[in-house]
Amino acid sequence: MSMVTLTIDGQTIQAEEGQTILEVCRRNSISIPTLCYHPVLEPFGACRLCTVEIAQGGRNGLQTACTYPVSDGLVVNTSSPAVIEARRMILGLLLSRCPNVPVIQDLALEYGIKEPPFPTDKPEEDCILCGLCVRACHELVKAGAINFADRGVDRVIGPPFLEKTRDCIGCGACTIVCPTGAIQIVLEKEAIYKEKPLGPTSAIYVPSLQAVPRVPVIDTDTCIRFRQQDRTSGEIEDACGACQIVCEAGAIDFTQKDEIIELDVGTVVVATGFEMWDATKLSQYSYGKSPNIITGLEFERLSNAAGITGGQIVLADGRKPERVAIIHCIGSRDHNAHEYCSRICCMYSLKQAHLVKDKTGAEVYEFYMDMRAFGKGYEEFYERVQEEGVTMIRGRGAEVDVLENGKLRVKGEDANLGRLVTADVDMVVLSTAIQAPQDAGKIASLFGLGRTPDGFFAEAHPKLRPVETNTDGVFLAGTAQGPKDVPDTVAHAGAAASMALALLSKGEVTISPATAIVDEKLCSGCKTCIALCPYTAISFLDDKNVAYVNEVLCKGCGTCVAACPAQAITARHFTEEQIIAQIEGLFRVPDFLKAEGVPA
Amino acid sequence: MSDKTFEPHIVGFLCNWCTYTAADTAGVSRMEQPPNVDIIRLMCTGRIEPAFILKAFAEGADGVIVSGCHPPGDCHYNSGNFKTFRRMPLLERLLEQYGIEKGRFHWGWISGAEAPKWAQLTRDFTEQVRGLGPLDWKRQLESKED
Repeated sequence: MSMVTLTIDGQTIQAEEGQTILEVCRRNSISIPTLCYHPVLEPFGACRLCTVEIAQGGRNGLQTACTYPVSDGLVVNTSSPAVIEARRMILGLLLSRCPNVPVIQDLALEYGIKEPPFPTDKPEEDCILCGLCVRACHELVKAGAINFADRGVDRVIGPPFLEKTRDCIGCGACTIVCPTGAIQIVLEKEAIYKEKPLGPTSAIYVPSLQAVPRVPVIDTDTCIRFRQQDRTSGEIEDACGACQIVCEAGAIDFTQKDEIIELDVGTVVVATGFEMWDATKLSQYSYGKSPNIITGLEFERLSNAAGITGGQIVLADGRKPERVAIIHCIGSRDHNAHEYCSRICCMYSLKQAHLVKDKTGAEVYEFYMDMRAFGKGYEEFYERVQEEGVTMIRGRGAEVDVLENGKLRVKGEDANLGRLVTADVDMVVLSTAIQAPQDAGKIASLFGLGRTPDGFFAEAHPKLRPVETNTDGVFLAGTAQGPKDVPDTVAHAGAAASMALALLSKGEVTISPATAIVDEKLCSGCKTCIALCPYTAISFLDDKNVAYVNEVLCKGCGTCVAACPAQAITARHFTEEQIIAQIEGLFRVPDFLKAEGVPA
Repeated sequence: MSDKTFEPHIVGFLCNWCTYTAADTAGVSRMEQPPNVDIIRLMCTGRIEPAFILKAFAEGADGVIVSGCHPPGDCHYNSGNFKTFRRMPLLERLLEQYGIEKGRFHWGWISGAEAPKWAQLTRDFTEQVRGLGPLDWKRQLESKED
C-alpha cells in the first residue's frame, strides 16, 4: 500500500492511499462529528456533519470527510469558519426536523444552537434518513428487509409497503446502528415467552467469567452470519462479519468447525455431570407462565456479577422484588418426578435466600420439607440465615398462581402450624431437581456401565468402591454417579483421578482368574455367545472358525457358558463339573458318615 | 411321613453380587430363616443352565430358588439378569411338562440390601413347598427307567 502525505489542521500526516479523510482523522485523534458513519459500512455522506474544507491544486471547497479519499498534497481544515458555518446550518436543519432527539440537541448546543431555527409539523420525528440502518441490513445482514421509500418530504425508511415482512430476520442490527434510536423491535406477545429472558445477550460472548480459555464464542443460533447461512441453505454465506472487521487481532475465523480427536488412552474418567429437571413437567408451579417464576439456576444467572443485570436481583420489569418465595424439592423426593433427594438444593436455596436479603432486603419465604444441612459448616449457615429473618415454612409448596396484577400466589402447608398457608410474592424461585442427562444411556452402553434405578451411573460398590465401575479402567467422578454438592464432587473427582493414575502408573492390570475359556475342539462356530457377552469380550476367529474369549475383558459372569449349545465354553472356578458336584453333594451322605449310621 | 413333620429340601442358586450378599447379610444379622434352603453360589444368574435346576430336582430337591439382581440396572454384569429373565419362563413351562408343580420353582430378584426380603422368601417358600409335600422325582425317574 503506497503512502501519501497530507496536511490536516496544519499537521503533516502520513496515510495509506485509499483511506478517507474521516478515517485518517480518527486514527490521528482529530475529532469530526458524524451521525451516519459506521466503520464496517460503506460511507454514504448522508448527514453531512463531517463536512471539512479542503484545498488541493488551487481548488478550495467543502467536502464530506467520510467519502473523500486522501491524496498527496491534500490540505484539510476541520474547523475553519466556513466549516463551522456549514455545520451550524446542517445542525439547524437536523434539529428542525428532529427537535426532540437528545443526540442532535447535544450536537446543536455544541455549535451554539439552542432552539430549532425552523418550525415543524411533526415534532416527534426522530429519523434523520441517514440510511445507516438500510446499509446495515443490505451490506451486513444481507436481508434487504428495509429501504428508503417515497421521495422529497415524504421520504421514509421501512420494509416493503411499510408492512410486516418475512425478509426481516429480527436480528436487531438496524436498531443498534441507528444514531437517534429511531428504530425499535417490537416482539409479539407469544414471542416474549419463547425468548430465554436470562440467556446470553449477544451472539458473540465470553461463556462465563471463569471460562477457560477466556475467549469469546459465537452462538451460531443467533449470529446473523450463521442464521443467514441456515435460512438460505448457504446461498448467503458472507453476511455481517462485523466482528471480523473490527477485530484488530484477526482472531475471528468463521470456518472453524467442531473436530473429532481420537486418542488412545489407558483409563477413562466419566464426569458427564447432571442436567436440570424441566420444571414445566409439574404444571402446578406455573413455570413459564410468568417471567418472575425462575429456577435456581436462573437465579444464579441473575445474581451473578457477570450476568445480564450485573448481579442485581430484579423482576422482569426492572423493579426490586419486595417478597420472594423459594420452594424446595421441585421434582425431588416426589413420586411424580424423582424419588431421590437432589442434595444440593437445601443449601443453595439458603444461600439464595441470604443473597436476596443482602441485595434487596426483601422478605423471603422458604417452603421446605426437611432442611438437609448435612455438610461441614452447613448447619451453622442455616442458623445464620434464620437469624437474618428469613421465614421458614416447613411443608412442600403446593402451587403457584399468577394473579392478574402480576403477583404470584404461593400456596402450601405449614406442617408445624398444621394448616394451609398462602403468600403473595413478587418472585418465586423453584429449587429444581438435578437428574442424569437424557443421553446417559448412550454413555452407559459406550463404556459398558450399569445405571442405578435413579438414572445415574452405578458404582462398583456403594460403600467400598464408590468411584470404580464394573468396567476396569473406567471411573466415575462427581454427579455422573449421583447428586453431589461441590465439596463432595471435588473429593469424588480427586479419588477418581488418583484411581486412574494408580492404574496407569502400575503399568499392568490384575485380572480375576475366574474367566471363561473356549475349547476350540468343541466350538461349532455358532456365535451364540458373542451377542450375549455384556463386555464384548468374545470375538470370532475367522481363520479357525471358533469363538475366542479375551481374558482381560472377561469378568467371568458365565452367561456364555450357560448358553453354549456345544458346551464348548468353560467358566473357570464355576465349571459344569464343580456345580453338578455341589448339587449332588447336597443330597448324598459321604461314605464315612454312612458308616456312622447317618441316614441319606 | 406326615406333612407336619415333612422337612422339604430346597436348593437356591444365587448370584454372588445381589441375593448371595443378601443371604449373607441375613445370616450375619441373625434373621430367622428355616434350615431347609441350601445355597449354591454362582457369579451371575446368567451362568445358570436349566440343566442345573433339573439336576437338583433329579437329585431329590423338593423346591428350587433362582434369585439375582433386580432388572434393570442392578446386575453386576450389566445384563446377566435379563438372560435369566428370558430363560426362566421357558424352564417353568418345561417343569410343568415334567410334572413338577409350579409352586416348587421360584425365580426372582433380591438385591444385596434386601436381606429381610431373602429371609421372608425362605420362610414363605419353605412353607409353600412343605404344603406341596415331597416331590421324590428321583424315584419317579428311576421307576420309569425300570
